[in-house]
Amino acid sequence: MNIMDYGWLGKLSWDSIVFSKLFTNFSVSEVVASTAGSIVIFATVAILFLLTWFRVWGTLWSVWLTSTDHKRIGIMYIVFALVMMTRGLLEGMVMRAQQAAAPDGFLYADHFAQLFSTHGTIMIFFVAVPFVVGLVNYVMPLQIGARDVAFPVLNQISLAITASSGILLMVSLVVGEFSTGGWSAYPPYTGTDFNPGVGPDYWIWAIVFSGAGTTLTGINFTVTILKCRAVGMGFFRMPMFCWTVLCSSILMIFAMPPLSVAALMLGFDRYLDFHFFTNDLGGNMMNYANLFWLFGHPEVYLLVLPAYGIFSEVFSTYSAKRLYGYKSLVFATMSIAVLSFTVWLHHFFTMGQSPTINIVFGIATMLIAVPTGVKVYDWMATMYRGRIRFTTPMIYSIGFLILFVIGGLSGVILANPTVDFQVHNTLFLVAHFHNVLIPGVLFGLLAGYNYWFPKAFGFRLDERLGKWSAYLWIVGFMLTFFPLYGAGLLGMPRRSFSYMDLTFKPYMLVAFIGAMVVLCALVTLILQLLVSLRDRKKNRVPVGDPWDGRSLEWSISAPAPSYNFAELPRVTDRDEFTETKEQGRAYQPPKVYRNIEMPRNNPLGFILCVLSGILMFALVWYIWWLALITALAIIVVVIASTFRWDSEQIIPASQVQQDTERWLELVKNTEPVGRDLENTPQNNGYAKLEH
Amino acid sequence: MDWTAKAPIGLFQKWMQVWGEINRRSYGLAIFPFIVLLIFLFPQSISATESFLMPLGPVAHEQKTHFFWATALTMVAILPVFILVPVILIKYRRKKGKGIYAPKWESYGPLEVIMWGVPFLVIFVLSFMLWRATISLDPYEEIEGVVPPISVQVVGLDWKWLFIYPELKIATVGELVVPVHTPVSMILTSDTVMQSFWIAALAGQIYVMPGMTTKLNFIATQNGKTQGENTQYTGKGFTGQKFDVLIKNEEAFQAWVAQVRARGIALDSETYNRLAMRTTRVEVQKELGTAQMPEHALYFTLTDPQLFQSVVMRYHSGKPLNMEQQPGTEKFGQGEDAAEGAQP
Ligand code: HEM
Ligand SMILES: [Cu+2]
Ligand SMILES: [Cu+2]
Repeated sequence: MNIMDYGWLGKLSWDSIVFSKLFTNFSVSEVVASTAGSIVIFATVAILFLLTWFRVWGTLWSVWLTSTDHKRIGIMYIVFALVMMTRGLLEGMVMRAQQAAAPDGFLYADHFAQLFSTHGTIMIFFVAVPFVVGLVNYVMPLQIGARDVAFPVLNQISLAITASSGILLMVSLVVGEFSTGGWSAYPPYTGTDFNPGVGPDYWIWAIVFSGAGTTLTGINFTVTILKCRAVGMGFFRMPMFCWTVLCSSILMIFAMPPLSVAALMLGFDRYLDFHFFTNDLGGNMMNYANLFWLFGHPEVYLLVLPAYGIFSEVFSTYSAKRLYGYKSLVFATMSIAVLSFTVWLHHFFTMGQSPTINIVFGIATMLIAVPTGVKVYDWMATMYRGRIRFTTPMIYSIGFLILFVIGGLSGVILANPTVDFQVHNTLFLVAHFHNVLIPGVLFGLLAGYNYWFPKAFGFRLDERLGKWSAYLWIVGFMLTFFPLYGAGLLGMPRRSFSYMDLTFKPYMLVAFIGAMVVLCALVTLILQLLVSLRDRKKNRVPVGDPWDGRSLEWSISAPAPSYNFAELPRVTDRDEFTETKEQGRAYQPPKVYRNIEMPRNNPLGFILCVLSGILMFALVWYIWWLALITALAIIVVVIASTFRWDSEQIIPASQVQQDTERWLELVKNTEPVGRDLENTPQNNGYAKLEH
Repeated sequence: MDWTAKAPIGLFQKWMQVWGEINRRSYGLAIFPFIVLLIFLFPQSISATESFLMPLGPVAHEQKTHFFWATALTMVAILPVFILVPVILIKYRRKKGKGIYAPKWESYGPLEVIMWGVPFLVIFVLSFMLWRATISLDPYEEIEGVVPPISVQVVGLDWKWLFIYPELKIATVGELVVPVHTPVSMILTSDTVMQSFWIAALAGQIYVMPGMTTKLNFIATQNGKTQGENTQYTGKGFTGQKFDVLIKNEEAFQAWVAQVRARGIALDSETYNRLAMRTTRVEVQKELGTAQMPEHALYFTLTDPQLFQSVVMRYHSGKPLNMEQQPGTEKFGQGEDAAEGAQP
């Protein structure tokens, strides 16, 4: 059928709605699918209702949706990531249940395949990436002493198209079906011949748009770090986190385009009958594999490097000690960033290339283990001769340290082409990448969430539930994924919706129990947030330095003022805030108060979010007129917005003075607390000098 | 520097000393992963026969050896972490920790050298091993045996594997039989999407791709039975895409060949097109199987010695293949021009 042969509604019909299948084909699998669809609809309605009920539409619009403040954008990114994480984790649980129930099971093969495809896509592109980008957004400008990122509106646009792509994935639960080709979407399986449905199209557009968002973010962050640092903050005075962000942003700029290109080429094949990756007419899927992993490998470092940065901050803050081996760590980070572009072929050692090529890529892969190992040792040395406090972020970090090296071990094993021939595409691999993604990336992000939360909202998160959650994550992770190493070595292929060999059954049962523990960890995490919201008065830290922090973000009030710093700081040391505290220079009023120019709110991001969402949906469903209108609208809106002259607002010096003086007054009246009382209501964010 | 100065023995004693404390406290978490890892890696594996941990030939055997060596060597860089992290945590904990406090201590030359040196040395040794093993276990390299190799052509279909023995003029689905101590030289392709061919107990995986060929060489040194499969998800029949691998001695093998010849049906293009449809092996067995064939396998006699080549060449005709002409799609073999267009 020609692509122009569709009617006004394209491929859309009543049968596309998930619930229709419940009537035509009643089964547990369809019930699961319909339940998921209902949750999406119900949650949407509930949110809309609550927003209306509490009359917060206005605030939502003027304070959040149109905001260009990097801090608010960061928070929105993280909220989005947490929502998507809940979905992704639930999908993980359902898959674990299916494999634990095998060989009987309760899902259709296609349904299971959609689950691992959405789970993988969501976890990487809509949990890990936005969570990282969100934290960086919040923290990095504060750490380098800037007022905002270099391009605040661009920042908003990045969020907009990431969010609309995520929403598209939510829509796929209700309308039509998602791809069954995994997160890597290898053609020709995802080509039109083998997958004529809309599934792969959902994947393509979600990836293309969110990928563009991430590329723009990379540019934004890189420019911010290169150009917006405070006076005196030379590169080697940047906090470690900013270094990792710099490397990670450079990776975003260079790694995302191959993915966007690969996905678009796949789109050309599917929509316009091109033959980049088809079986016939000279298409070759091996090119796709290369492009995809040329992105895919740097991607994991793009995620894990900022997590390394967070761990560095956490280890040094909670050991009350300078970060050990700063230069080593910088050098290691840089080497990892460069090396990460030289190893992509290890994802397909089994494609039949010559051993020489496998050797080169195998050794390059192993080489990454060197700087990574150095980092681990540096963190240990940071704790060595410190005064270690076992707070929630620290529990995550210690869990990371121990578990991550196991992930590193399996990584080194996988780097051997000869061994990879035997464990490739098995659960061993699944265990490996979860082993680096969960302790490595996710624990880092959760540690950062607990660590910086008080800065963002002015009150601490509940420590007891936080620790519980951390322990549950650690134990749950181990129970879920260590058995998979075993099952993989015994030969269980990944993406198996069932198996006949009952040898695997005990492993799958334990993994299922582990997944339930992870579920408890998730519930505890949510509970922690709710309890903390309830106790927010008790746990306020308005002075802004609840952990005896070392870098600039702790030198201002919590929550931070919209302009961040009343006067841009002058930096003289790597641990700038610790230094000022020790020399008694902290909490000084600026010499003069000046007017501050900040970007004004802008509706552009929100408009693009809506338009791009509709555009993607129209493209997926072949609704050409709608696609054309929205595409044109996007162009018009973007051009029109460049004619906005009053894009800046002035915060008058008097206002800044008033804020600052009120805060300094508060500091004066606050009792400094020592670290032993860190997690008690006495901690109002004023750290006592202890040494 | 108190840890570089002390001998490993001292460390060990210290480790034993902190054991008691570890078990009393939640620091026990630090060793928990170890125990779990041990439990899950090894005991069960004894019973599995479809794994390289129970090799039936030298290729898988060497892969297994290499696996253990890589694990052991990497441990050199990892064990210090497992041991020292708990030690540091206990000694330098804020409450009741006994260690000295040096808040500004941030670098120490010799330690730096160790930190870079140890992983570097480990990786150096591992790289050397990797190099040698990758060359010696190159799946494309024919294996030297006392007898000449037997060649097998493998075609990946949705969702079954077709094995063609071109010299013996037979073909099978669902069962691969090879003589013991005889090198097997495989050439592989796919007549649908990409798949990954794997007989874990004999050799590693290799991808099969439409219009392209890959190679796999191995030799079996023990009589026995194992399974092979596809590990690349290809749709709903994927988990059923398995086949038995039987390793027989020469006489038994010849007897088997005779049996296939006697009982097999002709693998003409119509039969091939039936095989190439989007069906599982069990489904196609119902269509093509006869009473003389075993339940889990199809036997064929080869009529077209160029079958394999024509499967590969299907994708090099320079003409587009529509869905009706592409094996593995839902519409394959259903269009009017199917019979003619789908000629392999
Ligand atoms: C702890 C909760 C989690 C559970 C229970 C879980 C479970 C699973 C399962 C069952 C699969 C399919 C494995 C297979 O192919 O047989 C899978 C795949 C995957 N998971 Fe997770 N997962 C979890 C967390 C995560 C996280 C946090 C990430 C990333 C940050 C992640 C990323 C992925 C990816 C990329 C895939 C591959 C999807 C594919 O095969 O295309 N998972 N996970
Ligand atoms: Cu990689
Ligand atoms: Cu190829």
